[in-house]
Amino acid sequence: MSDDPILRIRGLQKSFGDNHVLRGMDLDVKQGDCIAILGASGSGKSTFLRCLNFMEIPSDGEIIHAGKTVGTARNGKPRLYPEGELTKVRQKVGMVFQQFNLFPHMTVLGNVTEGLRIVQRMDKTGAETRAREELARVGLAEKADEYPARLSGGQKQRVAIARALALAPDLMLFDEPTSALDPELVGEVLNVIRGLADEGRTMLLVTHEVGFAYHVANRVIFMAAGVIQEEGPPEQVLKNPKNPRTQAFLSRHKQFEF
Amino acid sequence: MYEWDFTPVIQNADLLWQGLVGTLAITGTALAFGLPLGLMLALARLSPRRWLAWPAGFVIEFFRTTPPLVQLFWFFFALPILIDIRMTPFLAAAITFSIQSSAFFAEVFRAGIVSIERGQWEAARAIGMQRKQAMRRVILPQAVKRMIPAFTERAIELMKTTTLVATVSYADLLYQANELAQKTFRPIEVFTATALIYFVVIFGLSLCVQAIERRLAVSGDSTVR
Repeated sequence: MSDDPILRIRGLQKSFGDNHVLRGMDLDVKQGDCIAILGASGSGKSTFLRCLNFMEIPSDGEIIHAGKTVGTARNGKPRLYPEGELTKVRQKVGMVFQQFNLFPHMTVLGNVTEGLRIVQRMDKTGAETRAREELARVGLAEKADEYPARLSGGQKQRVAIARALALAPDLMLFDEPTSALDPELVGEVLNVIRGLADEGRTMLLVTHEVGFAYHVANRVIFMAAGVIQEEGPPEQVLKNPKNPRTQAFLSRHKQFEF
Repeated sequence: MYEWDFTPVIQNADLLWQGLVGTLAITGTALAFGLPLGLMLALARLSPRRWLAWPAGFVIEFFRTTPPLVQLFWFFFALPILIDIRMTPFLAAAITFSIQSSAFFAEVFRAGIVSIERGQWEAARAIGMQRKQAMRRVILPQAVKRMIPAFTERAIELMKTTTLVATVSYADLLYQANELAQKTFRPIEVFTATALIYFVVIFGLSLCVQAIERRLAVSGDSTVR
């Protein structure tokens, strides 16, 4: 494994019509980084995360994944992102959504094997063995044959994490993974995510859980108005923020405990 | 006071039976071709490729907005003049109702597909699926389940619309009933019996579909409450 960053983001911009959501983002994600992205709603943090596995196609800028710039440059026009190239990147960049988005017509095991079977063409036995490993990791081995409708929100989200992990991604993206959960279910999901961070997995996490970010992340990014306002270790950004916007944001989140 | 007498109807039950077979044959043929054709039209109409989407949209709208009787006459009387083909009542009816129902089924498929939440597409793409894999594995299975009521509705509508084939002398249930009524001078009994046959067959099918729907409800995402 080289010391090259897993992901390099250069001048990333995203507009929806006249709405410039991202106005030039630069970031290097190194092996083993756990980066928490904070910011008020509308700051562009979710859009930023969604650009990294091309759920949103960037309007401008470059994303360099494992040393290779994704997409093809065209003279004077936005880059071209062919589907075949994106499906390869997405297998290496796992994503967990706020709303879980499990496939309701498949069992838990079916959800986790789906990518292995259909995308990576793994045989049934191999895929199920692999899926059961990941279900065990998130503590849901015994739920393999249940349908998602019979699971709690926290269990659903853990299945969604197992589904993403099954493809052995080199980077995990978490888009507000606990925001849709009842308060008493937040802990079990955060524990799984903390376990992944402890294993040294590389991840980016958009969250409102400032306390969790403080304890788990090695870097914290504060976003506002489509750019990174402040970036650094959690002690610095969360305890001694330099940027007035970061200070204002954190003063509204005083209830978290370190 | 009119004296009801169903004896002539019962004595000629085989005529009505043949008619029912004729109705089921044309309905079955139209379903067998109309469903896959409808799915193809729907997928084409939803395609990001405009050269596919536009013609599919035209075919769908054209066959949805022209009267089925005009279509039937066109295929029966006009098509054989344009191309050298020996047109039979069954062939004309089969072509008409296959294409006509495919246009309606296409819209049912399309409505089902677009009703699936965006998150399902995103989850499929996030594990590296191509658009067509996501459609086949994730979107369509859920869409089909939601479509069952609309699909049943269309199939029933189709079966009733096939009564138009009597106008080109295809021996469906209505055509046979009409023959029988004229032969026996018992139109009241004949058409009452005919209406009952339609009711029993269609209501029976409708009950079967509801049973299937309930069975499909295992994963908790169902249209039956």
